[in-house]
Amino acid sequence: MKRYSAFAVAREALRNHTGWDRAWASPEPKKKYDVIIIGAGGHGLATAYYLGKNFGITNVAVLEKGWLGGGNTGRNTTIIRSNYLQDASAAIYEKARSLYETMSQDLNYNVMFSPRGVMMLAQTQHEVRGYERTAHANALQGVQTEYIGPERVKQLVPIINIDGPRYPVLGAIWQARGGTARHDAVAWGYARACSDMGMHIIQKCEVTGIEQSGGKVTGVNTNRGTIGCDKLGMVVAGHSGHLADMAGFRLPIESVALQALVSEPIKPCMDVVVMANTVHGYMSQSDKGEMVIGGGTDGYNNYTQRGAFHHIEETVRALVETFPMIARLKMLRQWGGIVDVTGDRSPILSKTPVDGVFVNCGWGTGGFKAIPGSGWGFAELMAKGHSPLTEAFGLDRFYEGRFIDESVAAGVAH
Amino acid sequence: MLILTCPCCGVTGEETEFHGGGEAHLKRFGPGSSEGEFHDYLFSKVNPKGVHLERWRHNNGCGKWFHAARDTVTMEVFGTYPAQTLEPPKSIKDAITAKRPGWSWREFA
Repeated sequence: MKRYSAFAVAREALRNHTGWDRAWASPEPKKKYDVIIIGAGGHGLATAYYLGKNFGITNVAVLEKGWLGGGNTGRNTTIIRSNYLQDASAAIYEKARSLYETMSQDLNYNVMFSPRGVMMLAQTQHEVRGYERTAHANALQGVQTEYIGPERVKQLVPIINIDGPRYPVLGAIWQARGGTARHDAVAWGYARACSDMGMHIIQKCEVTGIEQSGGKVTGVNTNRGTIGCDKLGMVVAGHSGHLADMAGFRLPIESVALQALVSEPIKPCMDVVVMANTVHGYMSQSDKGEMVIGGGTDGYNNYTQRGAFHHIEETVRALVETFPMIARLKMLRQWGGIVDVTGDRSPILSKTPVDGVFVNCGWGTGGFKAIPGSGWGFAELMAKGHSPLTEAFGLDRFYEGRFIDESVAAGVAH
Repeated sequence: MLILTCPCCGVTGEETEFHGGGEAHLKRFGPGSSEGEFHDYLFSKVNPKGVHLERWRHNNGCGKWFHAARDTVTMEVFGTYPAQTLEPPKSIKDAITAKRPGWSWREFA
């Protein structure tokens, strides 16, 4: 792999950019791999990367039915934060956030991590108490976050209307080292690094069945033939239930569409991420100037990657009340992704009833921020059979009633 | 936008008039059941990619619960039927079979 650098850019500028390599190879699948990861999104590629980097396992294939990073990795609103309430969540999300800080250097790929700060508004007394509690919990967990008053909110976000009338801003939880990153670049950067380690990233390769022998996985059937493996990681977000069905077990998740939209580009007006969970909307401004807006999930199972139209109206109505100046903005694009939601709104990183099959899913509406931490922990789980980061997120928690209840801390949007 | 017909009051309305209630035809397990049964009742979702039977409530209407048969990929509604039943009526099964031959959902087909 040729390293990307200012020198490389200058060199290529002098020879008509003829010297750039493809960022990752497109090999034919081998007969067998040590590890197969299904799903070349952020979480799948991060898992493969840390399997190679931390555990030296490089005989790995990452199978993707569509194109690399074309699922939720390319459909989210790129928010990164780690101020969760429960210890287990704070640990894995903070690991992820800290890995984002140096990701561009680690991967030699500019993921445009921008720690601009993430603010979650408290617009009811209930939320004030909830976020104060989260801020205290974060202090104990070593996650840097603080509870701020409405004056500070207005100072950080001059375009915000803090006076209501329906939901005045009473305060906010503020994580200054949260922010955003370029979502595609995260997938591309990991893919390039994985390919460099000799791993195979195989796109347009859809898994149609899971081969087992004596309760142990032996391989997968795909539209490009049967591929053998010793260990299998299923990292397919919204389609996890579908894949688990192929393997012969069910998961405690339901798939729904979550949608987002962006406005026409405007001059810089807001340099932080603002989330308003009571009124169901969140917004940030991209480097291109577009206002990136996320809304609510559909209230029923579906796989449409589209989302119900009335949610756009609800989201935009809430944001216009919060940011009156966006009222006359035109919206450019709208899209949806299939998110996999668990009962306690926490992910599942776990062994499964089938020996050798591991599942990483249930990130629901907030998986992007967790990509590096999830990959780090899940790679350890797959390589060693256990990981301190993923210990609490096993499937057994649903049998034992040991939930990691984040629905209050995270709200609808996160 | 999803359009549903409430089998209780006969009104056809958009999805904002209704509220989804999740998987239908759950067999309830409580005290005395095994841990596995209780876990499956609470958490093991079918979450199918295709034909789904689910509960809905006519929130901004008659307020009654009912069931709907729907495709989770195309969003096509095959039909709705009253909730006071242990399995989908034959007319609903036939309507699904006409569009999705060979379908199955949990123990129904």
